[in-house]
Order: sequence, then structure tokens, then C-alpha cells
Amino acid sequence: MTATTADQHHDHHPTGITRWLFTTNHKDIGTLYLWFSFTMFIIGGLMAMIIRSELFEPGLQFVDPLFFNQMTTVHALVMIFGAAMPAFVGLANWQIPLMIGAPDMALPRLNNWSFWLLPPAATLLIASLFVPGGAPAGGWTIYPPLSIQGGMGVDFGILALHMMGISSIMGSINIIATIMNMRAPGMILMKLPMFVWTWLITAFLLVTCIPVLAGAITMLLTDRHFGTHFFDSSGGGDPVMFQHIFWFFGHPEVYILILPAFGVVSQIIPTFSRKPLFGYTSMVFATATIAFLSFIVWAHHMFTVGMPLTGELFFMYSTMLIAIPTSVKIFNWVSTMWRGSLTFETPMLYAIGMVFLFTIGGFSGLMLAIVPADFQYHDTYFVVAHFHYVIFGGTILGALGAVYFWLPKWTGHMYNETLGKWHFWLTVIGMNVTFFPQHFLGLAGMPRRIPDYALQFAEFNMVSSLGAFLLGLSQIIFLINVLKTIKGGEKASDRVWEGSTGLEWTVPSPAPYHTFATPPVVK
Amino acid sequence: MSAEHGSYYLPEPTRWPAITSSGLFLLALGFIMLMNEHSVGPWFMIAGFLVLLYVIVSWFGEVAGESERGLYDSQVDMSFRMGMGWFIVSEVMFFAAFFGALFYARMLAVPWLSETDSLWPGFENVWPTAGPLGENYIGADAHEVASGQFASIGAWGLPFWNTVILLTSSVTVTIAHWALKEGHRLKLIIWLGITVLLGSTFLYLQATEYAHAYTELGLTLGTGVYGSTFFMLTGFHGLHVTIGTITLAVILFRCIKGHFTKDNHFAFEAAAWYWHFVDTVWVGLFIFVYVL
Repeated sequence: MTATTADQHHDHHPTGITRWLFTTNHKDIGTLYLWFSFTMFIIGGLMAMIIRSELFEPGLQFVDPLFFNQMTTVHALVMIFGAAMPAFVGLANWQIPLMIGAPDMALPRLNNWSFWLLPPAATLLIASLFVPGGAPAGGWTIYPPLSIQGGMGVDFGILALHMMGISSIMGSINIIATIMNMRAPGMILMKLPMFVWTWLITAFLLVTCIPVLAGAITMLLTDRHFGTHFFDSSGGGDPVMFQHIFWFFGHPEVYILILPAFGVVSQIIPTFSRKPLFGYTSMVFATATIAFLSFIVWAHHMFTVGMPLTGELFFMYSTMLIAIPTSVKIFNWVSTMWRGSLTFETPMLYAIGMVFLFTIGGFSGLMLAIVPADFQYHDTYFVVAHFHYVIFGGTILGALGAVYFWLPKWTGHMYNETLGKWHFWLTVIGMNVTFFPQHFLGLAGMPRRIPDYALQFAEFNMVSSLGAFLLGLSQIIFLINVLKTIKGGEKASDRVWEGSTGLEWTVPSPAPYHTFATPPVVK
Repeated sequence: MSAEHGSYYLPEPTRWPAITSSGLFLLALGFIMLMNEHSVGPWFMIAGFLVLLYVIVSWFGEVAGESERGLYDSQVDMSFRMGMGWFIVSEVMFFAAFFGALFYARMLAVPWLSETDSLWPGFENVWPTAGPLGENYIGADAHEVASGQFASIGAWGLPFWNTVILLTSSVTVTIAHWALKEGHRLKLIIWLGITVLLGSTFLYLQATEYAHAYTELGLTLGTGVYGSTFFMLTGFHGLHVTIGTITLAVILFRCIKGHFTKDNHFAFEAAAWYWHFVDTVWVGLFIFVYVL
């Protein structure tokens, strides 16, 4: 086998399917991640359409309740593990080596494996819908005893989660090694672009919390099939124990979903404000503080489940503390825009939309953090609304903004700005029409994960469903815009944006197959 | 820039990861079928396992070959070190979940169950416990024990000697490492061989202990939350000792073949790190599972 060192330019590589199956190139792997993520986004989105169709009117219309429950469960698992996480790993793959001046990821073969674990895992997860008994139907949190009583679809789900977990851990190890070991000379840690910083911290969260999920679902599996009693009180175990272990993973997990989106926004806003990021150092420390706090707040998901009062108080106050570093970030973004010479290209619209909508989700999160209030909101549509404001409004808008921001660098063409703006406005309107009424539904007492509801909830549900259909349909514009940009369009300059700074804008557009074979010097 | 930066080893396209994932897919599918009593399950598992075995031998073989040909510079070496270090961190967190389950069950779940008279009246807060309905479960799982009694394994018999064995093996692998750094190949092979033997002895004794627990003590995986945590923790640890022993055996084989130099032997160090990690977990197990 011949050695390929970075200073030899090998632009020839296998073509066809083997190029993608065997590739060790960070750009190829990034592309694979992004397309995989978009596919899962569409599949999970179709499930959401089924959910909203059923909830369009009171009564049972289209699907039977068990299938409805499978839809809510698999929609969440597909979106979180199939769409949101891989989207940001894809962005990390494309961007981190470009942004730190590295020739590739630190461990390119491991990188390939991280990606190619995902399609088989997704196959297992989707296949669970077609086995006797159907897919997991007890909610994405797979709480026992429901998940212990479920059919073999739950086993498919557990094994799929195991494989996706291995993928995430390997991907994160690679990202940490890349950032710590592959930076160009002069790129000290406190000069790292914010996107790289947020990913470094996210990767640390992934390496430490995904194995805990692996432990939890392993115990679930042995309770199901090998006679253990971890989560069964007749054997001295406790189903609540599962919730503790699950949320010890689950809360860092939601920050895993949001922190890279914070990073994206911290790249986009300075670019279109034509000003450096305000408060870079405080941004770094705020991110690290959020990551630290994420490990000591998990039981705020379980206030109503039964916990000593001291526990409720501790988790309430620690949760509310998170508002402080988060506000630091929002303050910094707003201050970056203050007196900047702003322009509102599509990525900037997404970034501002993200800051705005995420903040709404953050406020409803504060409401949920208050124990006595949470007793009212728990397991209602208020939680669904809160979650989708942070994850759709935060994570997904962040990812979409990132694609528009870097697409010219990846393809060498400018996307269609008009289509981009249509996509943004329809998405944001659709999102708000979908999820804002769910706040009211939840406060009025409508429980989540239920295929039917009382008559007084009918109007808001109909509005919410109409919004969801708009939201779903408007993603077609995104697909068309991306495909058009790949095929052609206005030639993008190397810097792409007037206000862009950073190493990724010093390489040609489209970025050549190998970049930074000789590392740049950062002053 | 510096030569070190300009020559980072970028591997050619590789087919091993895709094959690995196919093998894992077969293994997972077979395991699901096995658990749900489909007769083809084991065959899928065997096929998946063989694929994985093939990949492990080939992929590691390729990396070892590249290393011996001197393709890796110190920066690549650092990437491997970070990779292994963070992998061990993830393993620590994996064990943390099971330790957490043990602490939660013992310190919270079982006491709360005994305090709640409406659920299981008369259930006593003792440890070890088979749980409120434990006797019934034991009756079903281990036919030999008619009374439903079980006994736990005392700390100061076999587990104590296992502790001594593993701690000793940590010392012997370190002596082997010193020998490698001094260039004494014979000394290296002897001490590494002793380490592999100690690991195997540990596994043999652990298997004996399991057989004893199942056949004579009435302690099984189904013995309430005690049996669950006991076998989950020691079982996963045993699995890791098995992997560690096989890894050290492969490293021993490479040492005999003349691989590694005084300054360039990260594969050895990675295996040694893993071994120390497995030892440390055992010390935690010995204290929290056996002694306390």
C-alpha cells in the first residue's frame, strides 16, 4: 500500500459507490453525514405529518392508537439520533479541519466507521416498524415498565441505539483528537472559532454521556430477556432508577443538540454584522459552564415522579442557574449586532431567527424548571412546545443556517437567495404556527402522546396541524435550492461573504479535495 | 511549515469500516432474533462474529504494518494516544452507569421499598436482597435451591485472591514496559507473558466463582436486584478482562516477532493503559460489590 502524506496532492480517488463507502476524506464523510441527516429529517418529518394529521380533529381518524404511539416514539428517535446529531457531526467534519487549518480529521479511518455505523443502525430502527408488535411505542425515553413489556421492536430500537451510540462516541473522540492535535501553528485554543469551541465541548459531553445511555439500555435489555430486576420493584429494583440513569444521559444530550448550533450562530452573526464576536472569552466560558451544569440538572425531567424535597429543590435551582450562561451568550449575540453594519442574507436570517426562537424556548424552560409549576405542566403539550422551540427553533434553524452559510464554500456556487428567503420565512412561520398554540394546549391541560383529545382543544390543534403541514412542505424548497446550488449557479468567491473571517475562507471555492496539506500560520 | 506538520499520515480509502458495520449489523440482527426465539438467530450471530473477527485481524494488521514501516510521525502517534485515552474515558462512564445502578438500588430503592408498607408489607431493608418477590423468582430460576435462600460470595476468599492477581498483573505489565524501554527483549517477553498468564488465571477463577454461585449458592442473574447488579458489574468487567488479555496476548506475539522499538511502541502502551483501567475498575468492584 502506498503512503499518502498530506503534502502530496492526490486528487484521484475511487469513483462511484466505493468512493463513498471507502472514503477517508473529511469532506466526503461530511457530505455523507449531511445527506444521511436530511434523509432522516424527511423520514422523521413524515412521521410528524402522520401525528399532526391524526390530531387535526378530535376523534380517531387515520391510525390506531398503538401505531400513533409508535409514531411519536420513532419520530423522536429518528429526529434526535438520525437527523439532528448527524447534521452537526457532518458540519464538524466539513468545517473543523478547514477552520483550524488541518489536512483532515485526526483519525480518518475511524471517521469513515463513525458514519457507516449509522445506515445499519437507522435500518434497524426503521425496521422495527415492520416486525410483529411494531416499533417501540413507549416514548423516546423508553421508560420501563412499558419498554420492558413491548415486543421485539423494542429490541430493534435498543440495538439501533447501541450502534448509533458507538458512532457518536467514535465521532466525538475523533473531533477531540482533531481539535487538540491538528491545529495549525499559532492557532492557540483561545483563537479557535466559536464553532470549533462549541464542538470541542459537545464532543466531551458525548464521550461522557452516551456510554451512560448504553448502560441504561443494556440493563433494559437484560430486564427484558435475561431475568434481571434492575427496574422491577418485585426484585428490589426500581423503574425510577431507569429515569435517573436515562436523564443523566438525556440532559447533556439536549445540550449536545444545541451547543454546536450556538457555535454556528456565533460564526454567522459576526460575519453579517461585519464586527468581531462580542465577548469571545465569555462565550467560551459560558459554553463550558452550560456543559458542566448539564450534568447536575437531570432530575428536573422527573419532578412529578417522586423525589425527596431536597432533591426537588437542588434540581430546581441548578436548572435555573443554566439561564445565566445562556443569557451571556444571547447578550453577546445581540451586542455583536449592536451598531454593526447588518445585512440580512439567508444565513443571517436563520441566525437571528434562531436567537429569537431559542430564547422563547429558554423562557418556557425556566417555567418548567419551577417545581410547583412543573407539576402542572408535566407531560402536557407545554413540554412539547418548549422542546420544539429549543430543538427546532434552536438546533434545526442553526443547522439550516449553517448549510446556507457554508454551501458556497462546499459547492463553489451561490445558492438562490430568493428561494433561501422563502424557505426561511415559510419555515419560521410554519414553525410558530405549529408550536406556539401547543403552549396554550399544554397550559389548558392537554396531555402529550395521545391520539385523541377533548373537544375544547380542537381549534388550537387544527391550527397546529396546518402549521405543521406548511413547515413540512416548505422543506422541499430547501432541497430544491441545495440541488440547484450543487448543479450550478453564480460562482462563489473564495471569501464568499464580505464580512467573513477565518481560515475556511482562505481556500478556493469549492474547497479542493485536500486542503491545508501545508498548514497555514495563524498570527 | 515544520516537516512534522507537513507529513501527517492520511490513509488511502479503506474498506474495513464498512465491513465492520456489516458484521455488527448481522450480529445485532442475530442477537435480536436469538432473544426472541427465532431459530436462525445464532447463525446470523456466528456470521456477524466471523466477519468482525476477519476485520479485526485485517484492520489491526494493516495498522501494525504501517506502524512498522515507519509511516506514523509523532503527531499521528499523539492522535492515537488521544483516541485511546478518550475511549477509556467512555468506558469509565459505561461502568459508571452500572455502579450508579448498584448505589441507587442499595442506598435508595431497597430502603424506600421497605418503608412503603402499602406495596410490599414486611419487606426488610437488607443487603444483599433478592427483593420482595425474590423467593419466587429464585424458585423458578435455580431448581436446586428449594428454600429460596441464596448466599452471596464473601470478599476474602476467591475475590481477594483475584484482587491480588490483577494488582500483580498491573505491576508485571509495568516491568515489561520498563524492559521494552531499556531494550531487554527477553525480559519484556517474560514479564508480558506472566501478565497474560495472570489475566487468564483471573478469568479461570472468575468462571469457577460463577459456576459456584449458580450451582451451589443459588445466586443467579435472576436473584433480584442483588443478582442483577452483581452479575452485570462482574460480568462486564470479566468481558473487559477477556478483551484485555487477548490484546496483551497479541502484543506479546508482536513482541516475539520483534515489533516495537524503545521510543515507538504505542500499541503496547495502549494495551497497558487498558489493562490498568480494567484493574482499577476491579478495585472499585472489590470494594463496593464484595467488601461493603
